[in-house]
Amino acid sequence: MKLTTDQTVSMLNQVCDAIIAAEPLLTDADRNLGDGDHGIGMARGMTSAKEALSNEFNTPGEALKAMGTAMMTSMGGASGAIFGTLFRAGGKACGDATTFGSPELSETLSKAVEGIIKRGGAKIGDKTMLDALIPASEVAKESETKELNESLSLIATAAEEGKEASKDLIATMGRAKTLGEKSIGHPDAGACSVAIILQTMSDYVNSL
Amino acid sequence: MKKLINDPLNVADELVKGLVEAYNGECELVGVRSIVKKNILDNKVALLVGGGSGHEPIYHGLVGKNLADGAACGDIFAAPPPNIVLEATKAVNKDNGVLYLYGNYAGDVMNFDIGAEDAEDEDIDIKTVLICDDVCSAPPTEKEKRRGIAGLVPIVKLVGAASQKATTLEELETTAKKAVLNTRSVGVSMSPGSIPATGKPTFEIEENLIGLGMGIHGEPGVGEIPMTSAEELTPKMLDLIIKDFEDDTDIDALSSGDEVLLFVNSLGATTMMECLICLNHAKKYLTEKGIKIHDVIVGPLVTCQEMTGISFSLTKMDSELSELWAMECQSVCYSKLEGKQGL
Repeated sequence: MKLTTDQTVSMLNQVCDAIIAAEPLLTDADRNLGDGDHGIGMARGMTSAKEALSNEFNTPGEALKAMGTAMMTSMGGASGAIFGTLFRAGGKACGDATTFGSPELSETLSKAVEGIIKRGGAKIGDKTMLDALIPASEVAKESETKELNESLSLIATAAEEGKEASKDLIATMGRAKTLGEKSIGHPDAGACSVAIILQTMSDYVNSL
Repeated sequence: MKKLINDPLNVADELVKGLVEAYNGECELVGVRSIVKKNILDNKVALLVGGGSGHEPIYHGLVGKNLADGAACGDIFAAPPPNIVLEATKAVNKDNGVLYLYGNYAGDVMNFDIGAEDAEDEDIDIKTVLICDDVCSAPPTEKEKRRGIAGLVPIVKLVGAASQKATTLEELETTAKKAVLNTRSVGVSMSPGSIPATGKPTFEIEENLIGLGMGIHGEPGVGEIPMTSAEELTPKMLDLIIKDFEDDTDIDALSSGDEVLLFVNSLGATTMMECLICLNHAKKYLTEKGIKIHDVIVGPLVTCQEMTGISFSLTKMDSELSELWAMECQSVCYSKLEGKQGL
C-alpha cells in the first residue's frame, strides 16, 4: 500500500486540521512546562501549511517540503525550527519518489530525527518531542516491509507511548529545564504534537 | 486582563509597525517583521539583535544611535523564524560582517543559526554571541546554558558603542563576549503576565509567594520564597549575583573598589516607585561592600506584559567598558547623554 501524491496531500491536510483542533490541549500542555504558546504556534504553522498544501505537487516529497517551509517561516520559536525541520527532512528523504509508503515514511522519520538532533542538540530522555519521535522512527525502521496502514498503526502507538513516558522525565532542554523535578508528571507539549501528527496519519491511511 | 489590542493574533505585527512610527522616519520596517536603522555607514561591522515580541521596549527598541543597527522580531514570546533573521541580516549588512547578539533561548538559537547559515550562503560573515546573564538558570560552570534576561540592556548598549569603532567582526565579538561575561542578573516575579492571543496567564504563583529566578518569558522560577519587603528582598537577590562572581573561575569576584553598572528592571507591572525603592536598598548594600556604582539604569525595559517582578543586573566595569559606556546613545528603549548620565 502506497499513497499517491494527492493522497499524501489529503493526509497532511488532515494532520493540519487535527493540530489546529488540538490547540487548547497543546496550549495547556505547554503551560505546565513552558510559557503556553506551543498550541498557538503549531496552529499558526498548520494554518500556513494548509495554504501551502493547496498548491499542485508532483511528488509527496514536494508536498512535505512545502509544508515544512510554511511552518518554519510562519511559526518562529523552537517549535517552528523543529517541526519545520521534521517536514522538510521528509521532503529530502522522499526524494523523487512518486508514492509514499512504509520505506518513505521510515526514511522521513529517521532524517527528521537526525536533522532535529543536529539543530537542537537534544537526545532521547531530555523530555522533548524526540521522546515521541525517536521510538516512532525506530518502529518505522522495523516496519519498512509492512503495509503502510499496518506500520503507521504501530508507529502511532510508539509515539503515543513515548509521549506518555515523557511524563516521568525531567526536562533538560528549552524553557522547561529550569523546572527540574517539577517537570515530572506532565508530558512534553512537542511530544503531544508528534503523537497527534502520527495518529492522524494512521487514522487517514487506515480509513482508506 | 483588559488589553487595548485588535486581532490578538496580529499584535506582534502591529506593535513593530508602531515601533517604526515611534522612530518617526529614523528606522524602517524591512521584510516580514524586522526593524532596521536607515543610513548605516558603509563598511560598518553591523550589530543585529532580536527575539520574541511582547517584552517591549526590548529587543527591537534597542535599535538606535550607537546601539543595534537592526532587530529581527518574532511573534509574541517566540523567536523570529529564519527568513526574518535573513531579511534583517541583509538589511544591516555593510560588507564587514554582522554580529548576532541575543538572549540564549533554544528557539532563538535554532532560528538564528538557520538564518546565519542562509546568510553565509549569500557570502555574509556572521558571528554569534549569546546573552546568558541569568545566574539562577545554571551554575557558573555551565553558564553558557543560562537564559538571557535584563542584562541585555547594558550589554547591547556597550556592544553598540563598540560597533561604532570596531574594524573587524572578530574585534566586536571579543568585546561582546567580555560584556556578557561581566554582566549578571537575578530576577523575581510576584505574579504572571498573560499571552495576548489566549489571555491566559503564563504561570501560576500563590498570592503570598515570590518566584525567585523567574525568567522573562514567565518560566517558573527555581524556588519560591515568602512575600517580603523591598528592604529584605534586595540584598537577598544581590547576594546571588555577588556569590556568582565569587564562584565563577572565569572572572574575579566583586571586591571593594570595583565599579559596577546597576540596572534595576521592572518586569512590566511593578511600578517605577517600587524600582526606585529597591534602587535605594541596592545602592546602600553595594556601597557597604565598597562596590562603587559607575552608573544606574532603572525602569521597565525588559518586560513580560503585566508580570509583576523586578530584576537586578550588575555589569563589572573596566577601563574599556567604561569608555564604551560613556558614549551617548539614543533609542526608544534606552537613551543617555555622553559621560556617565551626562547631566
